[in-house]
Amino acid sequence: MDRLKKSPWMLHYDASSCNGCDIEVLACTMPRFDLERFGIINTGNPFHADILLITGGVNHQSAQVVKQIYSQMPNPKVVVAVGICACSGGIFKDCYNIYGGVDTVIPVDVYVPGCAARPQSIIDGVLQAVELLEKKKEEAHHE
Amino acid sequence: MAKRSIIPFGPQHPVLPEPIHLDLVLEDEVVVEAIPNIGFVHRGLEKLVETRDFKQYVYVAERVCGICSFGHGLGYCESVEHVMHIDVPKRARYLRTLWMELSRIHSHLLWLGLLADALGFEALFMQSWRLREKVLDIFDNTTGGRIIFSVNQIGGVLKDIDASMLKEIDTILYDMETDLKPIMDTFLEDMLVNSRLRGLGVLSKEQAYLAGAVGPMARASGIDYDSRETGYAAYADLNFGPITATEGDCYARCKVRLAEILQSFEILHELISKIPGGDINVPVKGNPNGECFIRIEQPRGEAIYYTKGNGTKYLDRFRLRTPTTSNIPPMLDLLKGCQLGDVPLLILTIDPCISCTER
Repeated sequence: MDRLKKSPWMLHYDASSCNGCDIEVLACTMPRFDLERFGIINTGNPFHADILLITGGVNHQSAQVVKQIYSQMPNPKVVVAVGICACSGGIFKDCYNIYGGVDTVIPVDVYVPGCAARPQSIIDGVLQAVELLEKKKEEAHHE
Repeated sequence: MAKRSIIPFGPQHPVLPEPIHLDLVLEDEVVVEAIPNIGFVHRGLEKLVETRDFKQYVYVAERVCGICSFGHGLGYCESVEHVMHIDVPKRARYLRTLWMELSRIHSHLLWLGLLADALGFEALFMQSWRLREKVLDIFDNTTGGRIIFSVNQIGGVLKDIDASMLKEIDTILYDMETDLKPIMDTFLEDMLVNSRLRGLGVLSKEQAYLAGAVGPMARASGIDYDSRETGYAAYADLNFGPITATEGDCYARCKVRLAEILQSFEILHELISKIPGGDINVPVKGNPNGECFIRIEQPRGEAIYYTKGNGTKYLDRFRLRTPTTSNIPPMLDLLKGCQLGDVPLLILTIDPCISCTER
């Protein structure tokens, strides 16, 4: 990745995860791992966000919220599934209330496995998302 | 009469790392009623006990919550060990206490950071979390995991910590105490932080009793109770007592948690000087048959674990009552009559852990 043209903002939502990945996502924005050095800010507003980070295996109630947040984000947008629960359901796959993976509800672009996902891999996932975002922007521009 | 309006709060809200939804009924700026709606993080984890055998279930129990992960594993293991009458080696009990107290420090520092963030004090937020990273490094070095490290097993622990590592941990803890001092002074003496916390959300001792508050929330209102005194793990050998405050406001809750961090440092120093040698686990034979209730003091308060075995390798029932579940009713009491702008702060001072509550 050469140079970022824009500062992509990210939004984090906990769709029935155990908290482990959520606090690692927050820890990523701390000075030690410093995701903010790429110009990325953790925002609370879906209308401002370019990257959506979702943790957890999605249950019936949170599925509605996930869909709503996704539809509120402006195009182009990228979705990152953080943690093995968000990728496939993980240890909770057999639970009666778990859909199993965020991709059962909305399209996912980047998968970050791990239980809990380590900050290094989250940063790697977010950077892949940033690259994808640039690509999507260019495609939209050509159309 | 002022006009009533309803404001939805959450599930996706900047101040909440986790989803909870509240319908706030307002009269002008004042909240007259808060109606909670939970279930956004419900996974149905307790039901899994019927399809995972009792040794595997430790890993599921640890994933009830990522912050108090070690405590939930400990609670589950202790309850199964009681059912099976397993005598856990003393060194294992001490090691469990060590990780438990480190978890408490990390959880309280996390909460302090989130509180600073809710106040809009970004630098303090980052400083608290910077200090927290040192605890996570200890976890990483001793177990290989940062937050969910699965080191508990039925009959003891999986990993030992050697003498040089224990000495190193002791030194790190002394350094952390020095680093904590300025953070603590800012929380307790800074004019801006004080003006937001003092006198806000007062919960009287009677209210706390009636609504069933637990943990730092109850102790900040003057209830002298800490379930570590029941003496599970190695707590029976250590000197400590419940830390209380009398004011019952947000400031008191902050003060109690800060004092508990210092207390945990002391407990850890004492524990490291006393730790005995020997085995770290015992082999487990047979299957659990019987039932047991056990109390564990989690960073957020008292958690109750119930297990029932039927003689096969699958348990009949595992039930967990978490501290946030019992702290939500007093929180709703606090919200009545407060200003809309104070709602995020009041929700935060109970240290909500929604994924524990809903499992």
